[in-house]
Amino acid sequence: MNSLTRFMSSAALGVALAITAAPAAIAETPANMLVIANRIDDITTLDPAESFEFAGSDVSRNIYQKLVNFDPMNLEGGYQPEIAESWTVSDDGTTITFTIRDGLKFHSGNPVTAADVEFSLRRAVALNKTPAFILTQFGFTADNVGETIVADGNTVTIKTDKPYATSFVLNCLTSTIGGIVDMKTVMANEVDGDMGNEWLKTNSAGSGAYKLVNWKPNESVTLQSNPDFYLGAPEMERVIVRHVQESASQRLLLERGDIDIARDLNPEDVAGARDADGVKIHDELRGRLMYLAFNQKHPELSKPEVRQALKYLIDYEGMQNSFLNGQYTVHQNFLPRTFLGAVDENPFSLNVEKARELLKAAGVPEGLELTAGVREAQERTEIAQAYQNALAQVGIKLNIMVGTAKQILGEYRARNLDIYIGAWGPDYPDPHTNAGTFAYNPDNSDEANATGLLAWRNSWDTGGLTEKVAGAVVENDRDKRQMMYNDIQAEFRDTSPFAVMFQKIEQAGMRDNVQNVNLGGATTAVSYWPITK
Amino acid sequence: MAVSNTNAERRRAPLSSWVKQTFLTLGSVAVTMLGLLFVTFIIGRVMPIDPVLAIVGERASQSTYDAVYQQLGLDKPLLVQFLYYLWDVCRGDFGMSLLNARPVAEDIARVFPATMELATIGVFIGIVLGVPLGVVAAVNRGSWIDQIARVVALVGYSMPIFWLGLMGLLVFYGVLGWVGGPGRLDIFYEDIVPARTGMILLDSALAGEWSVFRNAFSHIVLPASLLGYYSLAYISRMTRSFMLEQLTAEYVTTARVKGLSERAVIWRHAFKNIRVQLITVIALSYANLLEGSVLTEIIFSWPGIGSYITTALLSADMNAVLGGTVVVGLIFICLNILSDLLYRVFDPRSK
Repeated sequence: MNSLTRFMSSAALGVALAITAAPAAIAETPANMLVIANRIDDITTLDPAESFEFAGSDVSRNIYQKLVNFDPMNLEGGYQPEIAESWTVSDDGTTITFTIRDGLKFHSGNPVTAADVEFSLRRAVALNKTPAFILTQFGFTADNVGETIVADGNTVTIKTDKPYATSFVLNCLTSTIGGIVDMKTVMANEVDGDMGNEWLKTNSAGSGAYKLVNWKPNESVTLQSNPDFYLGAPEMERVIVRHVQESASQRLLLERGDIDIARDLNPEDVAGARDADGVKIHDELRGRLMYLAFNQKHPELSKPEVRQALKYLIDYEGMQNSFLNGQYTVHQNFLPRTFLGAVDENPFSLNVEKARELLKAAGVPEGLELTAGVREAQERTEIAQAYQNALAQVGIKLNIMVGTAKQILGEYRARNLDIYIGAWGPDYPDPHTNAGTFAYNPDNSDEANATGLLAWRNSWDTGGLTEKVAGAVVENDRDKRQMMYNDIQAEFRDTSPFAVMFQKIEQAGMRDNVQNVNLGGATTAVSYWPITK
Repeated sequence: MAVSNTNAERRRAPLSSWVKQTFLTLGSVAVTMLGLLFVTFIIGRVMPIDPVLAIVGERASQSTYDAVYQQLGLDKPLLVQFLYYLWDVCRGDFGMSLLNARPVAEDIARVFPATMELATIGVFIGIVLGVPLGVVAAVNRGSWIDQIARVVALVGYSMPIFWLGLMGLLVFYGVLGWVGGPGRLDIFYEDIVPARTGMILLDSALAGEWSVFRNAFSHIVLPASLLGYYSLAYISRMTRSFMLEQLTAEYVTTARVKGLSERAVIWRHAFKNIRVQLITVIALSYANLLEGSVLTEIIFSWPGIGSYITTALLSADMNAVLGGTVVVGLIFICLNILSDLLYRVFDPRSK
C-alpha cells in the first residue's frame, strides 16, 4: 500500500472507531501464550550463520544461545556470560579462551559442549554467507579455522589476526551469527556438504529459551518454550508471531484482544491505540539512523563551509515533531544512543541566516543546482521534500530523484549522487560497526571500489579519522576506547560530509497485562523469555 | 460400399475434428504461455529492481556482489538466461525463491489454495446474488428496483476496497464480534487439521473437525463477501445489459403474443439466450479474483497469491514473480478453455 492509502486506512479506522458504539466483549489470548502481530516477510532463512534481517534476528535470539549475550533486563550492562561462563585474554591480546558452562542442553537433549561451539563458529566462517564478515574481519578464513578456532576439553580458544579490543570481539559474538548450533543434529541433516545449511533454514537446533515449531513464510512463526532453559522455563510457553502487513489491522487485533503485541503501528494508529482501553504504547530506541550525505567529488560540496551550511539547513526539530512524530528522535552522531561511546550532543539546528552567510563565504554561485537520491519510502521522501524547501530559501535548487534500491543505491555505490538521503542500521552491537563505515576510508581512489564503506561512497578522504578508527578498534581499555569514539564523533560532526539526523524509536502497542517487554534496544533483538502476562 | 464409406467418414469426421481442435487448443496454450513467460521474463530483467542487492544487502562489497551476480547467471545474455529458465519451467521447476530459498512451486502450492478458497466463495456469492439482481433490474427497467440495483452496483464499483474491508472488519469483527478477525483461523485452531488441499474449509470438513470449519468460516465470510460484492456489482450490471437486449428482441414479443407466462418468457427464452455471454463475464470475474486481490489479502492478512506476488516483486524475488505469473496465466487459459467448452454446451450454433 502506498503512503496515502496507509494514511487513509488509519484515518478511516480512527473516524469509524470514534463514531461507533462500544466494541463487543474483548477477547483474550491464553495466559501462557504470547501472540504478536509483526511484518515478518523479510525472513529469508533461520540459519544463524545466514540470517541477517530484523524479523529473523528476533527469532534467532530466542532460539540460539551465544558464548556471551545481552541480558534483556540490563542492556546497558553490555555483554554477559552465557554459554561461556568465563574467559581469559592472552597477554598479546590475540587469543581469548572461553570456559564452557556445565549442564547446558540443546533442545534435542544433547549437551552443549566446546566441540559444538567450535563447530558453530567454524561453520559460520566456512559457509561464508552475508553476515560472515562479522567473524572474518578478525582474520578467520575457511582455511585457517582449524588453527584459529579450537576446542580443547571444556574450553574454546579463538585467535585473531591482530590484538583487537576484547569488547569488540565479544560484542561481535553476541550477533546472530554467534549462535551456537547442535553439531550432531545439524550434521545429521547435512546434504551435499552444506553443513546442514538447507535444513537449518527452516528448522532449529539451539539451546535457547525457545525452539522453533514452524515457520510459514509471510504467514507466521511459532515457538515452543524450552523447559530446560538455563534461566528457568519461560512463562510464555508458546509464542506465535503472525505476519500482519497492515497497521490498521494490527491495531484492530490489538484493541480486540486477539493479539498481545502489535509491532508495526504507524503514527496515526499509535495515537489512536494510545487512548484505547486495555492498551499501552511501549517506546524503545533502536539502532537505525537517518542521514544525509554530500558527495565530495562535487566542487561546491567539498568546501567545508558548504558542508556546514547544509547541516544548518535541516529542520531537525520540525521534522521530528511533524511527520516523524514519535518514530524518530533527533540524533546527530553516527553511534546510536546506548552504544558504547555514544554521545548525546546535537549542535545543529535550522538556521537559514547562518547557512546563507557560510555559503556566501564559500563563494557558492547563485542558482546552484544539486540532485538528491532517495529510495521510495514515505519518511525518506518527506525528509527530501522538507530539505528541498529549506535549500530553496538560500537559492539552491534541489532536484529529488526518487527510485528503487537498484536505481538509487546503484548510483550511490558508484559515487554518482550529489546528495544521498538514506538510513543505516548497525550490523553488530559494537561502535566499530558504524565507525568503520562512516569515518573509515583507507583508500579514497575510484579504483579501491570500497562500495561497502559510506565514506568511500561519498568520496570522502577522512583525514586522520581513518587512523583514529583503526586505533579505537584495538584499544583494550574500555574507558579509553569510549573516549576515543567520543573524540572521533566530535570531529566527525564538524568536518564530515554526513549529516546524521535521527535515531529510530520503535513504538509497539501492547495489552496492559503484558510485562517485561524488551525489543532489543539499539544493540540486539527482542527477548521473549522474560515476558509475563 | 458407397453408403458404408459415407458412414465411416461421418464417424471419423467428428473424431478428427476433435483431435484437430485439441491440438489447436494445446498449440495456442503453448504459444500463449511462451509469450507470457518471455514478456514477464524480459520485464523482470529490465525493470529497476536488483535481485543481487536483495540477496547480498546494501553493504556488501563489490566482490561479493559480483560473485552473486554470476551465481544467478545474470552475466549471461538475456536470451540464454531465458532458455535456461524455460527448460526448468518445462520440467516443472520454477526455481528457488531468491529470498527464502524455498522452491517457488512449493510456495505457490501453499498460497494458491488460500486464494482459490476465497475467490470461489466470492464468485459464488457474486453469481447467486448478481444474476437474479441483474435480471430483475432489466425486467423492471426504470423502476425503484432498477434504481436500487444501480446504486448497489455503483457502490461496489466505486468504493475503495481497503476502505470497505476496514469498515467491514471494524463493524462485524471489532464492534459486533460476529466474524473472525484478520487471518484464516484463530491461533487456537491452527495446525489442528492436516493440509490436504490447502483450503481450510475443505480440509476441516474432510477431517470432520467442525469446530475448525466454523472458525475458518467465520474468518472467510467477510473477505469473501467483500469480493463477492465486487463480483456482484459487475455481474449484475452485465446481466441487466444482456437481458435488456434480449427483452426487446422480436422472439420475446412473439413468445408473449403466444400467451406464455412472463416468468417463462424471461427465464426460458430471454435468459437462456444470455447464458453464453454470462459465462464469459463470470469466467473473467472468477479469473480476476483468482489472480488475488492484493488489498483484500493485505487487510485481512490472507496469505494468498496476490500478496505473494506483490511481496516478491517488492523484494526483487524474480523467480517467485515469474512462477506466480505463470500460474495466473495458466488460470486465465484454463478458464478460457472451460468457457469455450461451456459455449459448446449452451450454444447450439457452436455444435
